[in-house]
Amino acid sequence: MTLFAASRAGWRQPSVLPGFGLTFGFSLTWLTLIVLIPLATIFLKTAGMGWSAFWAVGFSDRALAAYRLSFGTAAAAGVVNALFGLLVAWVLVRYQFPGKKLVSALVDLPFALPTAVAGIALTALYAPNGWIGQYLEPLGVKVAFTPIGIVIALVFIGLPFVVRSVEPVLADLGKDVEEAAATLGASRAQTFVRIILPAIGPALLTGFALAFARGVGEYGSVIFISGNMPGKTEIAPLLIVTQLEQYAYDGATAIATVMMVASFAILLGINLIQAWSRRRAMA
Amino acid sequence: MINRRILLSAAAFGLLATLGACSGGDKTSDDSKTIELTNVSYDPTRELYKAINDAFAQKWKAENGQTVTFQMSHGGSGKQSRAIIDGLEADVATLALAYDIDAIADKGKLLPANWQASLPDNSAPYTSTIVFLVRKGNPKHITDWGDLAKPGVSVITPNPKTSGGARWNFLAAWAYGRKAGGSDAAAEQFVSKLYGNVPVLDSGARGSTTTFVERGIGDVLLAWENEAFLAEQELGKGKFEIVVPSISVLAEPSVAVVSENAKKHGTEKVADAYLRFLYTPEAQTVIARNFYRPRDPQVAAQFKDQFPTINLVTIDKDFGGWKKAQATYFDDGGVFDRIYTKK
Amino acid sequence: MSRAAAVTESRLARALLIGGAMAFLGFFLLLPLLAVFSEGLKQGWSAFAAAIVEHDALAAIRLTLIIAVISVPLNVVFGIAASWAIAKFNFKGKSLLITLIDLPFSVSPVVSGLIFVLLFGAHGLLGPWLQAHDLKIIFAVPGIVLATVFITFPFVARELIPLMMEQGKDDEEAAVSLGANGWQTFWHVTLPNIRWGLLYGVLLCNARAMGEFGAVSVVSGHIRGMTNTMPLHVEILYNEYDFVGAFAVASLLAVLALVTLVAKSVLEWRFDYHHGGAGH
Repeated sequence: MTLFAASRAGWRQPSVLPGFGLTFGFSLTWLTLIVLIPLATIFLKTAGMGWSAFWAVGFSDRALAAYRLSFGTAAAAGVVNALFGLLVAWVLVRYQFPGKKLVSALVDLPFALPTAVAGIALTALYAPNGWIGQYLEPLGVKVAFTPIGIVIALVFIGLPFVVRSVEPVLADLGKDVEEAAATLGASRAQTFVRIILPAIGPALLTGFALAFARGVGEYGSVIFISGNMPGKTEIAPLLIVTQLEQYAYDGATAIATVMMVASFAILLGINLIQAWSRRRAMA
Repeated sequence: MINRRILLSAAAFGLLATLGACSGGDKTSDDSKTIELTNVSYDPTRELYKAINDAFAQKWKAENGQTVTFQMSHGGSGKQSRAIIDGLEADVATLALAYDIDAIADKGKLLPANWQASLPDNSAPYTSTIVFLVRKGNPKHITDWGDLAKPGVSVITPNPKTSGGARWNFLAAWAYGRKAGGSDAAAEQFVSKLYGNVPVLDSGARGSTTTFVERGIGDVLLAWENEAFLAEQELGKGKFEIVVPSISVLAEPSVAVVSENAKKHGTEKVADAYLRFLYTPEAQTVIARNFYRPRDPQVAAQFKDQFPTINLVTIDKDFGGWKKAQATYFDDGGVFDRIYTKK
Repeated sequence: MSRAAAVTESRLARALLIGGAMAFLGFFLLLPLLAVFSEGLKQGWSAFAAAIVEHDALAAIRLTLIIAVISVPLNVVFGIAASWAIAKFNFKGKSLLITLIDLPFSVSPVVSGLIFVLLFGAHGLLGPWLQAHDLKIIFAVPGIVLATVFITFPFVARELIPLMMEQGKDDEEAAVSLGANGWQTFWHVTLPNIRWGLLYGVLLCNARAMGEFGAVSVVSGHIRGMTNTMPLHVEILYNEYDFVGAFAVASLLAVLALVTLVAKSVLEWRFDYHHGGAGH
């Protein structure tokens, strides 16, 4: 253990706490076995198909339209979730009101409900004859079978990510700093922007990133409400399924590779911004 | 500490391996009194095979003194075919189209390439076709394919890229377009117009039925005949009517023994008998009651009022077989993609 | 605004915020849930109950519980180890490691099933070896467990990392300097601090493990009564036009999750009440 820590002193700051070797080693092993090795098969399969074939499938006009739709709707849903997720987390942490425990439990529902069920339920609500759709239809607002429907499905899928990322940090944030700010004459809005937001910022960003990443790949709930029109409401995961239907495993992995690399880059970017802002906050 | 880490991972994988061994061993039962048959089928056949399985189990018990138990798996036809190729150990495959079983022979090498010759009628014990389901009273006066391409008519059909059933719909429409216009170019024009009237492309046939029946979207649903009957008689009794077009396509859902798996499980004999049982008058009656067109002439005569005569084209004769049809129309860059990229 | 009231909001602002949050949740969560229940109860309670006690449904419920019981503890161990390494130490490449942990979130469920097919399928990398040894991973319980562990992989870690980072390592360092060893420090200092976060993580991981559809659907083989989990059973029922049955089983999943989460909230409240918010 000491030997291990010493040899790695270059990339790790020394610490009095024990257990780095064990926890880091175990995490890395488990990560490699469960996530990295299986995911590597995607790249392996894609590598076998050759560059031009990969380009033809992974970057066809149709695929590009699908990426635009998937990443665009996921980003829109992520923004909606960041705003309202913060609001929900705030209300749940800071206020007392009847039924709060039930509401709090409700937030996690999208994790538990099979995605296909969510898709069916949402389609039933927003279809032109649905509970909500029937009031929107006369106004000329179409939700089901349009990109708006996709965004709604992704908002549903991603909401818990934001609430659950922000909530523990918000709860852990002592009121003493806020009190101090108030004593020093800061208005409530100032306190929120200057004190609270920076503290929960990283968690909020994490929530957004997770909701976004989850939305990009979502399939089960979206196919029911999207309408699947080629070039218009055809999401990228649907293209993967289309490739599989043709028994074109390498085509499917080509699209999967493009999506994964893009999601990975976005997630990594967000995590780097976070690490940077945390360092800045500490300095 | 490192030992503990190894121990933990070893424990986790030991657990998985044990589970693997447990589920690996349960088929090789030495007890000849019972035998297990895994039938991997497509979505709409649950009721059908439930009845067939009971009848066959009784017959087999009476004749051989052996109890057959069935493991049923249902799902989209293409997905089921992939599962068998990838290692789902089906003894028999009963899928929506011959193309999907061809793929098992071709890519999985689990049964001979000429499997279609091993059972009567191209190994398709029943047939079906594509018909129209319209709303009660047929408010848009839809009588034939031509009406579907008219402006203002909304047509519901699933996405042929993901749904086997949708491919039959597409080819049936194509057959009409080719007959009416006299050429493949005219057919493409007609089919383009028709798909211009499609507001939603569900990923599966059952999704389309739900869109039409439950969501109330569309004026006409292109559906398998058995699905149309089901929707008309059970899902929304009195809310729908079936319209029979002038021309349609002969759908031949195929069955086959997955011989490599059956050999491994020692179920060749019972699997073959099971599939042959489908051709007996008893099973054919069950088939007809489930709204599929029986092959047996006597049973067919008995149910002739249920199934109107339609001019039917076949995939083999009119489209050069499934392999060719799939490549021409549905693979990437095929006709279906062209229709949507043109717009 | 008066000084005394400055650590909270005015009544009106509070009411508006609560109202806004509730309206949002009502539209996006409650209504879909109600839709599921109302479909499930369309033909009354007896049809609802019949769908759940049906033989294949019970088998699906059993399998789903088994899957959760295996995959949740695995992710708990991983989550605690990973968050300890990440939150309590500074090392290069930390952001990369966190991103790798997040990766399963960003992989489409369709793909997360596919990777195990490519690995363990008959034509996969390890397929021939597995077949030679008559080991079944895919289209059997181990495959479903693997896919579930993959899908729920980040949940516990993701819950703990921000929390432990926020809490810093002062408490632990104090404990170590007072002579506690690693396990004692973790057990007596860290665990009490993170217990609610951990519980959240476990419940979320559990809920997602039970509700996962896409990935499991690819590796299950859909054999009724054997490899069908509850979400897959829902899909099959739906595809058989048994809408009541499908939504009844779906409601049960939702209820299971809601009950555990409400229980957690109550437990949390009672515990904190009796111990005066112990921990920090």
